[in-house]
Amino acid sequence: MSVDLNSTPLFFSELKETILPLSENEKKNSISFLNENKLPTTRNEAWKYTRLAKLGKSKFISSNSELESIDQYNIDPSATTLVFVNGFFSEELSSNDCPDNLTWSLLSQKNKIEETISDESEYFNCLNSAFLVEGVELNIADKAIMKNPIQIIHVLNGDAIISNFRIVVNAGKSSEASIITGFFSENGDSQFSNVISEINVAENAKLTMDKLQYETESTFHISTEKVKQARNSVFTINTATLNGGLVRNNVVVDVDGENCNTHMNGAYLLKNKQHVDNHTLVNHNVPNCDSFELYKGVMDDKSTAVFNGKVIVHKDAQKINAFQSNGNVLISDDATVNSKPELEIFADDVKCSHGSTTGQLDDEAIFYLQCRGLSKKSAHQLMVSAFIGEVLEKFENENVRTYINGLLKSRFNWDYVS
Amino acid sequence: MIKINDLHAKIGEKEILKGLSLEVKAGEIHAIMGPNGAGKSTLASILAGREDYEVTAGQVDFQGEDLLELSTEDRAREGLFLAFQYPVEIPGVSNINFLRTAINEIREYNKEEPVSAKDFMAMVREKSALVELDSKLASRSVNEGFSGGEKKRNEIFQMAMLAPKLAILDETDSGLDIDALRIVANGVNKLRTSENATIVITHYQRLLDHIVPDFVHVLYDGKIVKTGGKELALELEEKGYDWIKAELAN
Ligand SMILES: Nc1ncnc2c1ncn2[C@@H]1O[C@H](COP(=O)(O)OP(=O)(O)OP(=O)(O)O)[C@@H](O)[C@H]1O
Ligand SMILES: [Mg+2]
Repeated sequence: MSVDLNSTPLFFSELKETILPLSENEKKNSISFLNENKLPTTRNEAWKYTRLAKLGKSKFISSNSELESIDQYNIDPSATTLVFVNGFFSEELSSNDCPDNLTWSLLSQKNKIEETISDESEYFNCLNSAFLVEGVELNIADKAIMKNPIQIIHVLNGDAIISNFRIVVNAGKSSEASIITGFFSENGDSQFSNVISEINVAENAKLTMDKLQYETESTFHISTEKVKQARNSVFTINTATLNGGLVRNNVVVDVDGENCNTHMNGAYLLKNKQHVDNHTLVNHNVPNCDSFELYKGVMDDKSTAVFNGKVIVHKDAQKINAFQSNGNVLISDDATVNSKPELEIFADDVKCSHGSTTGQLDDEAIFYLQCRGLSKKSAHQLMVSAFIGEVLEKFENENVRTYINGLLKSRFNWDYVS
Repeated sequence: MIKINDLHAKIGEKEILKGLSLEVKAGEIHAIMGPNGAGKSTLASILAGREDYEVTAGQVDFQGEDLLELSTEDRAREGLFLAFQYPVEIPGVSNINFLRTAINEIREYNKEEPVSAKDFMAMVREKSALVELDSKLASRSVNEGFSGGEKKRNEIFQMAMLAPKLAILDETDSGLDIDALRIVANGVNKLRTSENATIVITHYQRLLDHIVPDFVHVLYDGKIVKTGGKELALELEEKGYDWIKAELAN
């Protein structure tokens, strides 16, 4: 079975089906899904506020490309770094050595890619499976306490490039590790990162993911982290979206074991016509777990932000504490935000709270600061820093924070003051 | 220092200042008293540059500059300071961080080098001691969770840090306990030189026992209607404002 290109022209009509060792089933199902379905529209609840029409009009290509260096993308120089350009692995730019307690492999080198938790009824998941370029699997040994992070740098280079890319992380029992993912793009318009990450956090493991997004304003980025947590594990994902044209982040966490902690933090700072959509879902499937979620954004110009955070406490999942908060500041009259925190609770002994705020910077506070000699710009910057700082502080890795400061400086010409 | 001439201002359709004139020279302390709603805070806000008010007539000369033409921040950089009647809370913005930015922007405006971290911290220690402001408060978020009195002390701490030419203290005494009143007044007195000047807006004579004014003005219905020496404050304390209203009616 192959993609039927005879009907309407499709944004992926130039792409070749994946040659990676996915199961025949996964390939077949995803291709038939793409043949039978169109891009989701705003009539689809999950895409209500995010229009994909522009993406659908592009014609993407997949091709390998070389980069001179990744110095400017080296978020944490102490990390073990794996570099992918347009989805393809770049051996020259990646670290030569690898810590003992980590083994990693390219998905293209595997005999078989496990059919894991992919979602066969989700459009971009199917797109990813059908045209998967490459991927990486990280296996963190049981009991490994990794001193330095593992860093995956994904760069798009060239016009109309699409990268269907996948990350698999298996954090072994009682391991402690942190992973940085950095998404960048250069040298071209209308690029597209379509990324799926599958993350398994074993018993007693502690895993942190710091995700930095700094693609260009013409880039499409759709990524999904699917996380499964076994008992006594701690999982944290911190996302900073500082550039990108149309960005959609899905984080789906299945808390399958008791006594887990889940932390999800996100900061987004938008300007011009950027559109950033964060969708999160936490499934509390078992009792005695805590989840904490804090997403904050600042929107300037004609940018739009979407936040949809859902927590489901399933039947019999008692003694759950779930906290969720989303805060937005609009600094232009033309900026918009759609925020929808959702709680679905089917157990009775739970403590959950959620809240969403949208406002402007406090004029009184700005006047006060100006009265002390600060320019309006500095006053804005201090207020924005204070607002977003609450999320940026969640990035515990100092190198990551420093790197974020650098990005803020180059994009907004201001320093984040901690 | 500052010369306000026939200032008229309104907000929306409401006229608040109705021809106010006042001159303050270097080295002087002026007190402005007057009933609630007379326009005292409005005057302070307009001088500081709040944009909600529309100045319909009059001029303000500040050290040879047309004050009303300057932006709020440039007024501060030229040496104008307003201690707010109701200081705002700014969660997440650290007091000393913003002061450091303020001082450096003021220095840049005056073509001076930025203050070093070391000198700045020394200044913070010295000035917070001056107003007996707990150094922990100095480094917390601006006014967040401060008691009423702490907020007022923080205003004077900031004034000490910025060393303005002209300070306008809008009811800095309200909400202060007796000891704090003395401390704040001492702070103001210690910062006094022959080069700077202070306008204190107050309802109570007791502040003026500590900060002794050269002139006392009565602001009523948008104008300065009476000016006298420090004894005028005592008289007002005793008799209230009715006799002035009566005088005006005649
Ligand atoms: N933003 C505003 N909108 C409408 N009216 C205002 C506004 N600000 C001030 N006023 C009015 O202007 C008048 C003067 O107010 P102002 O605050 O200057 O008085 P004040 O002399 O400082 O009084 P107080 O002693 O109570 O502090 C009042 O009648 C007040 O209601
Ligand atoms: Mg007042």
